[in-house]
Amino acid sequence: MKYPLQGNTDLAVLKPFNYSPAGSVQDLQFSRWLAEFSPRSLLWLALLACLWPGIVLAQSNYTMAQALDALWRWLPFVVSKGFVLNLVVSFLTMLIGTIAGVILGLGQISPIRAVARTSWFVTQLFRNSPWLVLLFIVMLAFPFEITIGSTVYQIPDWLKAVFGLALPIMANISEIVRGAIQSVPTGQWEAAESLAYTRQQTLWLVILPQCFKRMIPPWMNWYAILTMATPLISLLGVEEIVTLSRQAMEAEDNHPELLVPFFGFALIIFFAYCYPIARYTLRLEKRFAIIQ
Amino acid sequence: MSDTAWTPDQPLVSIRDVHKSFGDLEVLKGVSLDVMKGEVICIIGPSGSGKSTLIRCVNALNTIDRGSIMVEGQEVHDPDLDKLELRKKVGMVFQQYNLFPHKTALENVMMAPLKVLKQPPDEVEKRARALIDRVNLTGKEGAYPGELSGGQQQRVAIARSLAMNPDVMLFDEVTAALDPETVNEVLLAIKDLAQDGMTCILVTHEMGFAREVADHIYFTDRGIIVEHGPPTTFFSEAKDPRTQEFLSQIL
Ligand SMILES: Nc1ncnc2c1ncn2[C@@H]1O[C@H](COP(=O)(O)OP(=O)(O)OP(=O)(O)O)[C@@H](O)[C@H]1O
Ligand SMILES: [Mg+2]
Repeated sequence: MKYPLQGNTDLAVLKPFNYSPAGSVQDLQFSRWLAEFSPRSLLWLALLACLWPGIVLAQSNYTMAQALDALWRWLPFVVSKGFVLNLVVSFLTMLIGTIAGVILGLGQISPIRAVARTSWFVTQLFRNSPWLVLLFIVMLAFPFEITIGSTVYQIPDWLKAVFGLALPIMANISEIVRGAIQSVPTGQWEAAESLAYTRQQTLWLVILPQCFKRMIPPWMNWYAILTMATPLISLLGVEEIVTLSRQAMEAEDNHPELLVPFFGFALIIFFAYCYPIARYTLRLEKRFAIIQ
Repeated sequence: MSDTAWTPDQPLVSIRDVHKSFGDLEVLKGVSLDVMKGEVICIIGPSGSGKSTLIRCVNALNTIDRGSIMVEGQEVHDPDLDKLELRKKVGMVFQQYNLFPHKTALENVMMAPLKVLKQPPDEVEKRARALIDRVNLTGKEGAYPGELSGGQQQRVAIARSLAMNPDVMLFDEVTAALDPETVNEVLLAIKDLAQDGMTCILVTHEMGFAREVADHIYFTDRGIIVEHGPPTTFFSEAKDPRTQEFLSQIL
């Protein structure tokens, strides 16, 4: 394998170009916040929530008990058709976002300057764009159906939403990968290079195995953020938990008393799902910090 | 570029009028030296004089701006050079050891012959164990770098380089980061190599060691070779005031 000489840049790989990233993607702020949520603050929230309909709508004759009863009846539907879709979307988004993000992150450290710059630009673009805008663009720009051979496939909205959400996830994973690779001391590159490793061998045999673990906690942190963000897609009409809750409330004649139980339940179920992830993320981070 | 085959009576490494700048800073200002096969040369000089830069040019870790470096008759700074082929011939040991922390000592030594040279595993393992034995680390094969002392890590690094069967070894202040107690064990390993006929280019601050093993000593200051000679005359008959001052400080 032959390498072109690269002008006067020694080890250009390690310093693609200077810029200051817009905040570190590696920090686990979100997980930390979530994991430190005390049960007591939850209780306070619940209490406040119970007071709400009583104060605002004292004249109504629809009681809280009826509202809770309605929630109870709709619960299986909201969870099995709604929340499950949120989870499916979060899995698929993470899968696609991770694969694309790893490729983009490796692109950012490419010795080919054009590749590195393009990858950096794409990363920054999608990292710093509002998720909802990205979602709308993808929803509207994507074709509604794809024709392969003679069969026409309808692309469901939720699948388009997956691609929309995968863009910012991809960009943040790209930053995680780049940051982790660059956190490995340059001496490791030099040692491998002087042992005649190719760039690919250096990356896959020496560098990535050393920083793989470092990427897991921030990756999980982004998974939790993503999951919490999936209700955004209800704005696009995807029938996930929030959309279905609203449909259920409509079927129950839109009593305002229904709001708190239904959306409160949505909050709780997301919290219950993400809280253990956040705790585990922090535990992993601590464990890896000790190893290193 | 030279297409004529290299023969052992020619210098194994030949450095001619090498210039190198980092931005505005000219680090090497026309350095020339020759190393014959089996020769051991030491490069000494004050910090920042360009010693590391010079030897890193020999295995193309650094590029040069002007001049020529030939290794076994091959121009290192030919744009068409196959760097990997060059690096199979030139081993390098660093001040900071740079062992791969996720691999055991044995794996560190075995990895390059396995993955780069694609040699058969049994043979590689046998040779790797022999090399670990040779640097006096028998019993430490399964240890991770983090579990070894600096001196032990540096000896693994030497074994790792030797596993590629290089024709010349570069040592860049390999004892500078070590505790005084462990310096000697590393120097012994290098001396053993040198006496075995390995061609070595050493950057070092260990004057006693240089006097003992070197065939030739070069003193560099601010990017040029100020003075050089065999150790018998170099230390006693230094003429240049810069060399004298440096030697008086360090001896
Ligand atoms: N990659 C680089 N980019 C910019 N400047 C560099 C680079 N590498 C070395 N230099 C500069 O070149 C000069 C010579 O460095 P070099 O490491 O070759 O010196 P040295 O003789 O090995 O010194 P020491 O004894 O401290 O190791 C120093 O001023 C150093 O700051
Ligand atoms: Mg140096």
